[in-house]
Amino acid sequence: MAGSSTTVDIAQAMFTEPVAFADWLVIAPSILTIIGGTLCLITRKQTTLAPKLGLFFLGLLVLNNVMLLAEVLKRGVITMVMGNWLPPFGIAFTVDALGATLALVAAIVAFSAGLYASITIDSSGKRYGFYPFLLLMMTGANGAFLTGDIFNMYVWFEVLLISSYGLLVLGNDRAQLDGTVKYGILNLIGTNLFLIATGLLYGQLGTLNMADITMKVRESGVSGPLMTIAVLYFLAFAMKAAAFPVNFWLPSSYHTPRIVVAAVFAGLLTKVGVYALLRTLVMLMPAARTELAEIIAWVAALTMLTGVIGALAQSDLRRMLGYLVISGIGSMLAGIAMGSVLALSGTVFYAVHSILVMTALYMAAGLMAAMAGSYDLRRLGGLYGASPVLAGVFLVLALAVAGLPPFSGFWPKVMLVDAALTLGWNWLAASILVTGFLTSLAVGRVWIYAFWRGGPEGTVDGGSVSLPGGGVLTLGAQGQSTAAVWVPIGILTALVILFGLQPEWMMEVSSRGASGLVDPVGYLRSVFGGGA
Amino acid sequence: MEAGFSVLIGLFFAVGVYLMLSRHIVHILIGITILGNAVNMLIFTAGRLTREVPPVIPPDLYVPAGATANPLPQALVLTAIVISFSFFAFLLVLAFRTYQELGTDDVNEMRVAEPKGEALPPQGY
Amino acid sequence: MRTVIFRTFAPFITALMVLFSIFVLLRGHNEPGGGFIGGLIAASALAIYGISAGVGPARRALKAHPMSIAAFGLLLAALSGLLSLFTRQAFMTSQWVTIDFLGVAVDLSTPMFFDIGVYLVVVGAIGSIALALEERESD
Repeated sequence: MAGSSTTVDIAQAMFTEPVAFADWLVIAPSILTIIGGTLCLITRKQTTLAPKLGLFFLGLLVLNNVMLLAEVLKRGVITMVMGNWLPPFGIAFTVDALGATLALVAAIVAFSAGLYASITIDSSGKRYGFYPFLLLMMTGANGAFLTGDIFNMYVWFEVLLISSYGLLVLGNDRAQLDGTVKYGILNLIGTNLFLIATGLLYGQLGTLNMADITMKVRESGVSGPLMTIAVLYFLAFAMKAAAFPVNFWLPSSYHTPRIVVAAVFAGLLTKVGVYALLRTLVMLMPAARTELAEIIAWVAALTMLTGVIGALAQSDLRRMLGYLVISGIGSMLAGIAMGSVLALSGTVFYAVHSILVMTALYMAAGLMAAMAGSYDLRRLGGLYGASPVLAGVFLVLALAVAGLPPFSGFWPKVMLVDAALTLGWNWLAASILVTGFLTSLAVGRVWIYAFWRGGPEGTVDGGSVSLPGGGVLTLGAQGQSTAAVWVPIGILTALVILFGLQPEWMMEVSSRGASGLVDPVGYLRSVFGGGA
Repeated sequence: MEAGFSVLIGLFFAVGVYLMLSRHIVHILIGITILGNAVNMLIFTAGRLTREVPPVIPPDLYVPAGATANPLPQALVLTAIVISFSFFAFLLVLAFRTYQELGTDDVNEMRVAEPKGEALPPQGY
Repeated sequence: MRTVIFRTFAPFITALMVLFSIFVLLRGHNEPGGGFIGGLIAASALAIYGISAGVGPARRALKAHPMSIAAFGLLLAALSGLLSLFTRQAFMTSQWVTIDFLGVAVDLSTPMFFDIGVYLVVVGAIGSIALALEERESD
């Protein structure tokens, strides 16, 4: 307290040594996006300035997260405690390879979406606040990936959620309101479950710092209350991640918003839930995860299969993609169920792959609809003639999402199947493979109908029909350059191909993330210093 | 005192869940609010209840004189109240807009996003 | 609601409430009060003005859009945490400076600016929701 004359030995309560500038990388994603988001919110009526500001800050975010990941890979886990208070009392931001990787991929996806939106979101959508909401949503996502405090994670989840509501109703049409009501209520219940579990955990252990929880849980072993808390966390985050049977909010809302909003949501939101599952079940309460493994495995298999069967039954392209998001979540849950380092690396790799490929697929679907005038499979057709490039890109993404080589979806599936066979869980391996097969049917059908055949339903075999607008990509104002939609799809597709052809680096990073979860000694040392 | 509070929290949860099972959005929203209050009381109770000892350090001491009330759950509850309040405000406006646009507050009749009897996708290749 | 008495007195009530809210905001560092509760008082002042004089005049009296005020508050809060970058301490570490203002020593601190940020966020966010709901009522 300034002005008071008493002297206190603050070294007992606070860090006194100077904080390295590199440590600021940990908190910078949240600060950057808050500053960018608020500036965009203030300038949102200037529809040319706000997108530029938004893209500038998203670009900074990508840059920052690249440096953060590099720093984490070099130095190991980095911790910064807010206000210099010693842990476990201060709120800690603790970043390991897992958090940094996901934060980077999230930043890349958000930047791509910002670029894509610059011409696909009309000026009334921009005035309404697309960019501020996108940036504040990234504040929430990055905060959730990087924080080392369980209650703080809840707060970031809520930041993420409230901005996602804003994005979801952008446009205000009837279907959007309908979808947002369901999304809003069910997700709010999910975060309330998260809060219940956190409250009980605090009552049980008296701490909220994740490193402290990790230690205390490992000392106390499994007990009834901890099992209850673990089950509550599983339910809450399974709801967030859209796992069967608590996934109904996803297919009823993801096809209603603007396509770029759906793209970001499909990429990011469910994976934040998967990340939270990894953090709570695998790192905080490993013993409880072992007890629950069988149940998680069943949930995983059912999520995969119901997801892909749902996808096969849809004629709306966006709804089909929504079901594919769910199906992918199943594969990630399978890794969590198995819990070995190999399986968890598979989950992390799959999460990265799924973020990239689902966002790109939604973006490509947006282009297809812009050319053909519909998302309905029965009314799509002849797009190959209109844009062979898009046909190629979609084929790459389709093969990637189905898990076929040589694209990014192949390797995580190999890791997951390998892990399942090692554990002797042949049925889980089989369901992963069957899901892959059915996924290739679902996306292959889209490709054949939308691109390969001559025209929409009713076109004679071998004939071709000119598309409305001659298949020319008409987005935004007439004569505007369409580079802003091709570049993001290009970036994401390039990453999908890169991770397919050169998977070693990503495998290395995800296995570092996974082993950090299984054996969090580096995490603990980073928070509590060398003594722990 | 914790036992009594637990019973009260249980009652709140029961009322909240019962209301959320309704088909009408207004009931669901009231249910969510009551559920939120139940959660807040749960966190508060989880921090153990003590009476009339505010956690304030007197000016002439470095640490509190005796055992005090736990300030952390109060901070958590405050955060949670603010968050649930803003969510409730948002959802209320959203529900009102939806009622204006769709003309119903019955979730069973909200089928705009997922219309009934949608045709199947093309069969075969 | 728009009786002559209410319309005449509402500006005074509003002014008093805003003043009181600033008092509550500033005493919040060591005593009960603070940005959140102060912001709520100011937002209710705004709501009262909106009820009595109409939403249009209330918006005009604010000059800036309530959401912009909220955004500025969030920015201020974030920047107040950022100052500790220059003293090589962690984010949100409080910084104090005592300045001499007309012969009175005034303590300025980053927690105060953070609290002012919270105040503005609450005024902006709650005020914009209140005004939006009042707008619906009138038509």
